Amino acid sequence: MTTSSTTPTVPVPHVAGAWLAVWTLCQRELVRFFRQKNRVIGAVGQPILFWLLFGSGFGSSFRVPTEGGESMNYFQYYFPGTLVLIVLFTAIFATISIIEDRREGFLQAVLVAPVSRFALVLGKVLGGSLIALAQGLLFLLLGLTIGITFSPLQLLAIVAYLFVIAIGLTALGFILAWRLDSTQGFHAIMSVVLLPMWLLSGAFFPASDNLLAYILWINPLTYAVAGLRRLLFDLPFPDLPSATVCLLVTLGFAALCLAIAWWSARRTTKGDLLS
Amino acid sequence: MNAAPAITVSALRHHYGDRCAIDDLGFEIARAEIFAFVGPNGGGKTTLFRILSTLMPMQAGKAAVLGYDLETAVGPIRREIGVVFQAPSLDKKLTVDENLRHQGHLYGLSASDLRARREELLVQVGLQDRRSELVEKLSGGLRRRVELAKGMLHRPRLLLLDEPSTGLDPVARSDLWNYLRQLQETQQVTVVLTTHLLEEAEKADRVAILNEGKLVAIDTPDALRATVGGDTITIQTKESAKLAEDIRREFGFSVEVLDDEVRFEQPEGHRLIAKIVEAFPGRIDAITYARPSLEDVFIDRTGHRFRQDRLREAGKD
Repeated sequence: MTTSSTTPTVPVPHVAGAWLAVWTLCQRELVRFFRQKNRVIGAVGQPILFWLLFGSGFGSSFRVPTEGGESMNYFQYYFPGTLVLIVLFTAIFATISIIEDRREGFLQAVLVAPVSRFALVLGKVLGGSLIALAQGLLFLLLGLTIGITFSPLQLLAIVAYLFVIAIGLTALGFILAWRLDSTQGFHAIMSVVLLPMWLLSGAFFPASDNLLAYILWINPLTYAVAGLRRLLFDLPFPDLPSATVCLLVTLGFAALCLAIAWWSARRTTKGDLLS
Repeated sequence: MNAAPAITVSALRHHYGDRCAIDDLGFEIARAEIFAFVGPNGGGKTTLFRILSTLMPMQAGKAAVLGYDLETAVGPIRREIGVVFQAPSLDKKLTVDENLRHQGHLYGLSASDLRARREELLVQVGLQDRRSELVEKLSGGLRRRVELAKGMLHRPRLLLLDEPSTGLDPVARSDLWNYLRQLQETQQVTVVLTTHLLEEAEKADRVAILNEGKLVAIDTPDALRATVGGDTITIQTKESAKLAEDIRREFGFSVEVLDDEVRFEQPEGHRLIAKIVEAFPGRIDAITYARPSLEDVFIDRTGHRFRQDRLREAGKD
């Protein structure tokens, strides 16, 4: 090992520096994702699996009557919910990497770097969201082959909407993963909190009695699913919240989760300290 | 460049719940010195490292790093110090070069500067031909070199290292020390490290011995050894207590008993050895003579042995 003398200069912090940190952390998420073959296979496999289930035609006789006399077939009805499920799973699992980062020590170096905690959160969330978005997009394209249609403009709107959903869900995953020290704990939360949250989002069945309607009303995922349903199908859907409400709630949910994630990341936890 | 000392600490305390990890520490580390904190595990080194590296907030006391207040100016401190953790901080799924690139981005290095620095550091740590390899394919010694390059990438003026030679073979360890010396000599970098190895601490310019969260001694290794006085004679025997008593009576100086050993420091040790062996035939299994080491300093100041203490502490973890 040899050293040469260098003129000591200290890098000056600037706003661009914060974005550079966000970008580099986000890019790392993507590179790591594509380098782990099993994750890529899982990510591509999952939408294909759902697509095969839809395409195999079970329930092809299923009809959901909608007002105005038109009817939807089985996969048209379930398509938006499945899209949200795919984004939910990917976004949440992408944030499990925080637990790995902690265990493998990478996070420690980031914690002592001159990087704001918000940049840390945003880098992680952005990376996870892009992975989730890519997977959602794949499912969306596969949907073309089973009777889902959309114009390029619709596609753009759907992608933008999915991205906001992904940001919210990845940030939610960040909040849950930040304080956990094992991935097992994460799986428990997944099945106790996240899966029921999805089941009660109107993805499976419309609101019926009062209690269920109330749960649906307070569940932010309801608005994600409803918003996508409105974007995908040009139908009135009188039972669903309006497009504006859907957009506002989804945006608000993403902002709230990001804020809580930031707040959590600013507090030191026992897990920051690897021995 | 400001001329404040690299680190000043006074009345620093830290608790984990009821357990006191650091108790009223005070010291100063000058610029461009290689400074080692040595002590048994549980002595407070790691806690101190976490506080100085800004990983953990301070609880009580005053501390300044490179002239910046550790409580109020964490930002500037983070920009100007380099940190090498004991636990690896590399992303194993990325290549050596990618790890350095991300690190450079986190520290806000511009693209051209970062390219030049990566090149420079890879040459310095002798890894220019391994730069495109995934970190998971590298040996422990090579990974530690990447950690060093990562810590030095943004030209810190103070490099903090936690147990840097853990898991390194003797050759890699000696490489590490050569590198640290060169950083000090050519770039005037202050190097502060922790170690649980007394032999290693002897290589530093100055040493602070920590035990049970307290500062036991702080000085150059030579000065510390000089405080012990004379040479160290260690006698292995099955009847240490009785032999100690007999030596005291016969020779008139005090000795310490540590399990199966009797130990004392006296000038002209080599002459004493002959006399003692003659005086107690058959009662001595082995006798060794040594110039005082930091271990002797530790025993002298704490009254108990460094290594055993270490093993006992390690058993608790």
